[in-house]
Amino acid sequence: MYPEDYYYTKDHEWVKIDGDTATIGITDFAQKQLGDVVYVELPEPGTQLEFHQSMGVIESVKAVSDVYSPISGEVLESNEALNDAPETLNEEPHTKGWIIRIKVKDHSEVEKLMSVSDYEKYLEGLEE
Amino acid sequence: MKKTRLNACHHKLKAKMIEFFGWEMPLEYSGIVDEHMAVRNRAGLFDVSHMGEIQITGTQALEYIQWLTPNNAARVNLEKAQYTCLITPQGTFVDDMLVYNLSENTYLLVVNAANVEKDFKWVSSQSQGFNVQVQNLSEDYTQLALQGPDAFKILTPLTNVNLEEMKSFGVSQGLVAGEAAMVSRTGYTGEDGFEIYTLSLSPDKIWEAILEEGSKYELLPVGLGARDTLRLEANLMLYGNDIDDTTSVLEAGLRWLVKFKKGDFMGRDVLLKQKEEGLQRKLVGFEMIERGGIARPHYPVILNGDKVSEVTSGTYSPYLKKAIGLTYLPIEATEEGTRFQIEIRGKLVNAQVVPLPFYKRPQ
Repeated sequence: MYPEDYYYTKDHEWVKIDGDTATIGITDFAQKQLGDVVYVELPEPGTQLEFHQSMGVIESVKAVSDVYSPISGEVLESNEALNDAPETLNEEPHTKGWIIRIKVKDHSEVEKLMSVSDYEKYLEGLEE
Repeated sequence: MKKTRLNACHHKLKAKMIEFFGWEMPLEYSGIVDEHMAVRNRAGLFDVSHMGEIQITGTQALEYIQWLTPNNAARVNLEKAQYTCLITPQGTFVDDMLVYNLSENTYLLVVNAANVEKDFKWVSSQSQGFNVQVQNLSEDYTQLALQGPDAFKILTPLTNVNLEEMKSFGVSQGLVAGEAAMVSRTGYTGEDGFEIYTLSLSPDKIWEAILEEGSKYELLPVGLGARDTLRLEANLMLYGNDIDDTTSVLEAGLRWLVKFKKGDFMGRDVLLKQKEEGLQRKLVGFEMIERGGIARPHYPVILNGDKVSEVTSGTYSPYLKKAIGLTYLPIEATEEGTRFQIEIRGKLVNAQVVPLPFYKRPQ
């Protein structure tokens, strides 16, 4: 279910690292909690994101949620396809539903994130 | 938290549960959009047992209801329910509700869950001089709603009530899935459908029978999430959002339920004066006409640079696939096509007045 080579946060985001580029999205657990996503607001390329700064807004039918950046860095690209098809966040949260790509500022921040096995254990704890 | 008699059914279906005015209720089962579209295209089943039921009995029960409400309660009979409201002396809302006539001198007011205690106190406190008794039966009644174009076909084989003969707002007593129940052709979705009231201790038999028969039509169980989006598309009021004790019945666009000719009732003079002098403001429907987010309740409404109001209800409309909402606007700005802004996360986003209801079912 959860890709092996991604990193995860307690806020239910995932991070995929390719060299100095990090792709960031929300997990399947997060999209289920949100329900049907109908609107997204994404940051402009060039935006400098600090650790845990709001990197965007996701609106479901019922609620508005901020998404917080799991690491710091400069926004390289936002997933513009989500503007027209926000439901991709529900359908393919770990792949086509990625939210932003950023240039990693500090790799030590990545090391503090959870591995897939840690994240799955964390989820089990939440469901109890 | 209070639980309805169908609570175990919701858990069995793995519904996402929330607290709603003291009740543990299903928010959604398969998803709000899915459930919403099931009701528009096929059918949906709701547990709405959190709704309140206040019974008025006595030789002057009808007279008393006539005094408490602006609609003509004399039209309510054993075979016909009515939408109306409990009104304040200022012509504003204590609550909106349905009125049923259960037997001679016995009436049932079906009120909002959020207002049960307040309504019960209100109805009890105004009764001096009327020969009536008031009882709160809210925890005794289970209420289900079966809504959608296939509702008639699903309920027909499960009941001895003659649904064919039942018009909109019609009522009949009978059996549903073997349990004694009152069935009315009413609802809160804008679709054809039925509401089923029962005092049975096993209302799950009704729930399960409808789910089973409904499976032939791809019926879905529906939670409070889609109940809200469905009612908003159909321009059905939500107390606490669109109407309350500061909004008059006329401002809310409910002129049709005020029967000035029926005789005196609470708030009549104020409403008559408003009608003659003209309204200062009115509830309008709007849609967002640019990207920028969904208008949500309490977001500021900006007209010509000034904050004039707040969004009362606002959501994403699953049927129209756009952001819609309701708000009170100064009367000169209520014409269709009038543009104004909603402040969403600090940004002004354009909206315009559109005709109501947003959705009307095909005849």
